[in-house]
Amino acid sequence: MTIASSSPPSRLPTGGAAEARSRTGTRQGVSGEDRGDGRLAALFIAPALLGFLVFLLWPTLRGIYLSFTRFNLLTPAEWVGLDNYVRMVNDPIFWDSLWVTVEYVFINIGVQTVAALAIAVLLQRLTQSAMLRGIVLTPYLMSNVVAGLVWLWILDTQLGIGNEIISGLGVDRIPFLADETWAIPTIALINVWRHVGYTALLLFAGLQAIPNDMYEAARVDGASEWRMFWRITMPLLRPVLAVVLIMTVIGSFQVFDTVAVTTAGGPANATNVLQYYIYGSAFGRFQFGYASAMSVALLVVLSAITVLQYRLTRAGRTDLG
Amino acid sequence: MAAVTTTPPTTPPTTLRPVRRRFSFGRAAAWTVMGLIVLITLLPFYWILRTALSTNAGLSADPTSPLPVDLTTSGFQRALGLQSAEEAVAQGGAGGGLDFWRYLLNSVLVSTLITGCQIFFSAMAAYAFSRLRWRGRDKVFGLFLAGMMVPAIFTLLPNFVLIKQLHLIDTLLGIALPTMFMTPFAVFFLRQFFMNIPKEVEEAALLDGAGKVKIFFRVVLPMASTPIITLGVLTYITSWNDYFWPLMVSYSDSSRVLTVALAVFRAQTPATGVDWSGLMAATLIAALPMLVLFAGFARRIVSSIGFTGIK
Repeated sequence: MTIASSSPPSRLPTGGAAEARSRTGTRQGVSGEDRGDGRLAALFIAPALLGFLVFLLWPTLRGIYLSFTRFNLLTPAEWVGLDNYVRMVNDPIFWDSLWVTVEYVFINIGVQTVAALAIAVLLQRLTQSAMLRGIVLTPYLMSNVVAGLVWLWILDTQLGIGNEIISGLGVDRIPFLADETWAIPTIALINVWRHVGYTALLLFAGLQAIPNDMYEAARVDGASEWRMFWRITMPLLRPVLAVVLIMTVIGSFQVFDTVAVTTAGGPANATNVLQYYIYGSAFGRFQFGYASAMSVALLVVLSAITVLQYRLTRAGRTDLG
Repeated sequence: MAAVTTTPPTTPPTTLRPVRRRFSFGRAAAWTVMGLIVLITLLPFYWILRTALSTNAGLSADPTSPLPVDLTTSGFQRALGLQSAEEAVAQGGAGGGLDFWRYLLNSVLVSTLITGCQIFFSAMAAYAFSRLRWRGRDKVFGLFLAGMMVPAIFTLLPNFVLIKQLHLIDTLLGIALPTMFMTPFAVFFLRQFFMNIPKEVEEAALLDGAGKVKIFFRVVLPMASTPIITLGVLTYITSWNDYFWPLMVSYSDSSRVLTVALAVFRAQTPATGVDWSGLMAATLIAALPMLVLFAGFARRIVSSIGFTGIK
């Protein structure tokens, strides 16, 4: 889950000892102040703890509870057991939207990871320019809504500059966001545009940890850049890459904004991603119970991916020693 | 030329030269790719500007012109509600009377409220988790960390139900409330920095008679000002760009933020087709503040992303 904290588990004994030592150190240093800061700590932690309990823990539990109820927001929730889940399993639209989401994630993550890796390596091997890194990050500062609208305009079938160029090349105009086969790949690529720079900078940070001597030594041995990439960069970057993949895959599964402003789930449910279907069930049809059940399903999928990838991350670490 | 330089048989030139030459060819190709990436990254921004400064009639007449067609600010006037409905309709707008000044103000209020409170409360908690000694500290912190595992999106529906029960639907406070107190990430992030402040600094302050509260304000916060500012800018950008949650909570002008307003603008398509000029002007209004903010903090943000990437 975290770049900074994924190593401690293996070093827990020493870390704990060091902490204990420093604690006794404090005791000796500030004698008489030993009673602890219980009261003060309670004061300092209170606002955050309130927020945590009310807007994170309670909603999480409530979300799970609501998935076992029929709830339309106006009348109290009514316990219906597993009804929502039975309905979900038998709902072809649910499976369809899950499939659409998976397709989106595959294209989005596939293209984004390769492109981000390429950008990161270019940034590392070509220049250390902070300005270039800033430029690459710029789309990330836009909201998904802005990114969606700009590309909606650029790819507009009639007037968009993208389609003008395509027709200028003598190819038929492509209704990127209005065609069932094109819509999902298009949305996936729009989100690549927005996120690739950020992902690249994450990988770039990982690359900075690789000592430059290794490349120097390899160059003296006559290795090509291509060979150095596969023999030095990739193996040493693998743990960071795995962590970045967990983050981006989880983010990718939550796609909503871009779909909402560009296609609204259409044409013919072709872009009805899971989060959009959940939103429609809750706010369009007021089936909060059913929407919650699908949210739980998404939560389970994401947790499974996290656990799986976390295992892979640690495997990557031990592999490298 | 090449023959001349090879005549003195010194080994460095002969071994280095072919490498350097092949390398520079590769470098040229690599720079070309980099240039292409920069182009794809930045061109859409220019296209927003070019479209926003064109008339809708001009856009249909000359869709490929690299410069604004019939240079005008009418798109901006429409977005900012400065045109009468008839005037707007005549120029290809929907005449829906959206007022982006208002939404700009709402966005500023919500993002400022979220960022200010979230960072301050998270810093307080991070202080308690890193520099104060109390029973159950590690257990509570573990709970916070576990909170990072819950995707934010999962809590949106139940939080909506809660905000409705609190009668805060369609208010700016309702939008801000769930992220106003903390995020597990902010606490975790700040705790890392607070832990690195040397014990000696704190002890010296204690010997001077400063209390722990004073140490928090006078020692810890100033010493961690760089990560706090970085986190603050990133939080501001995140809350400014949020769409899904405000979409659930806000229904009218009183709480409408820019992202939601943009989607509303896009949905009111006039009979003549989308008001691209007005829409892109509105998009620019929504995006510009973040571009300016980023321009001010770019170096800091760019260099800190390796760590904050945990987000």
